[in-house]
Amino acid sequence: LVYLLNRESIHSFRNLIKHLSDEDVSRCYQCGKCTAGCPVAVDMDISPNQVMRLVQINHRDRVLGSSTIWLCLSCETCTTRCPEGIDIAKVMDTLRKVSVAEGYRAPERTITEFNRAFLDSVERHGRLNELEFALRYNLALRQPFKDMAMGLNLLRKGKMNLFGENIAGRSQLKGIFNRSKRFIKGRDR
Amino acid sequence: MRYGYYPGCALHGSAREFDLSIKECCQTLGIELVEVPDWNCCGASAAHEVSEELSLALPLRVLSQAEGYNMNTIMAPCAACYSRLKRAGIKVARDPAVVSRINELIGQEYKGGVAVKHLIEVLKENQTTLESTVVRPLEGLKVACYYGCLLVRPPEVADFDDAENPVTMDEIVRTLGAEPVGWSHKTECCGASFSFSKPDIAARLVGDILEAALQAEADVIAVACPLCHANLDMRQAAAARKLHKKYSIPILYISQLIGLAQGKDRRLLGLDKHVVSPDNALQSLKAPSR
Repeated sequence: LVYLLNRESIHSFRNLIKHLSDEDVSRCYQCGKCTAGCPVAVDMDISPNQVMRLVQINHRDRVLGSSTIWLCLSCETCTTRCPEGIDIAKVMDTLRKVSVAEGYRAPERTITEFNRAFLDSVERHGRLNELEFALRYNLALRQPFKDMAMGLNLLRKGKMNLFGENIAGRSQLKGIFNRSKRFIKGRDR
Repeated sequence: MRYGYYPGCALHGSAREFDLSIKECCQTLGIELVEVPDWNCCGASAAHEVSEELSLALPLRVLSQAEGYNMNTIMAPCAACYSRLKRAGIKVARDPAVVSRINELIGQEYKGGVAVKHLIEVLKENQTTLESTVVRPLEGLKVACYYGCLLVRPPEVADFDDAENPVTMDEIVRTLGAEPVGWSHKTECCGASFSFSKPDIAARLVGDILEAALQAEADVIAVACPLCHANLDMRQAAAARKLHKKYSIPILYISQLIGLAQGKDRRLLGLDKHVVSPDNALQSLKAPSR
């Protein structure tokens, strides 16, 4: 039994997260503050403190396939309040990227499409073109008329930049997008 | 005082009135704002959810642009931009290996000499001047100051105020002659990043914040972030539908309140650009005493 407990492999998930984020979730002793303060804990399939525990006990699938890691808003309430100083929001952020790297299908497609449409627009122009971003996002989710009233309202109030803005350093930015790795180079596996 | 100004994408679009009112009130305060040349998007949440390198390279290109033009401090009015820029700067200061990798990615060198401040941090430093520019005190106006998430969290990054009970905006509001109300939702997240992708969740969070402001009998909610503003102003109807209620609480930028107290014209401050009109809440304010 001692041999089993000391085997590296039962800590492999925790070690991976530590390697990628510098955060040691073994420190978590389940006080539950993260979950108590989380504005979206009620919407999650597993709560933030459960995520910490599941990483400790090597349950990769439960965590990496969860909606929780995608529903985290990165509002940093958990990080601010954790008595053990674990940057929980950073752990969630790391888990999202590991989940994509390992080929898990994100259960929250609207959120992943939102990120894609956002970054596509920034990659093309250097700045977010809000109109283009909203249209692409709505098309990707086949809901072309969603929020159209809001768009018209913005237009009427003179708050829609119809043509967007292009920065001069667009090719430089393109290079940054092309070469950027999911995790800092040397840390990725 | 002179600052590099990083408006961020929203202030050139859906948050134009924030940009307008900042320029107006800073001019009166003698704060010179020089836009960071050829600035790019900070990457916001989308970048850090997808790629760690991208989430550092985008803000560091901004800091590097500023450094190239000898700007030693950047002022960012968006809480998300502020957080991303400042975090990237801290990461670089602590981790030299990261600097060389990111410099390689952006193809220009960032030496680490640019400080990042949020608008309200700059205003706090200029509070005495601010007081002297008030010509129309906002007497009788009850203001719920809403800070949200990244303006005060995490404390290692947003270090100019208390993470759980921030007071910077409350003090500014008091300086303007208005009354900041005590309330429960100063730092609760409004869910702005889900305004499109998870509208039901965003509506619930917005509803909670509006309810709390109503309970505190606030006339208006003051914000200092374009994302909080868009979500609280434009999603009020959705929040009301969810709770079978009606809301019409004006959401004003802190810079618009300052501009009003400085006696400026409402249109110059973009006060006609909100979904929820502030006209009723502001009608009892006195005319400028000058």
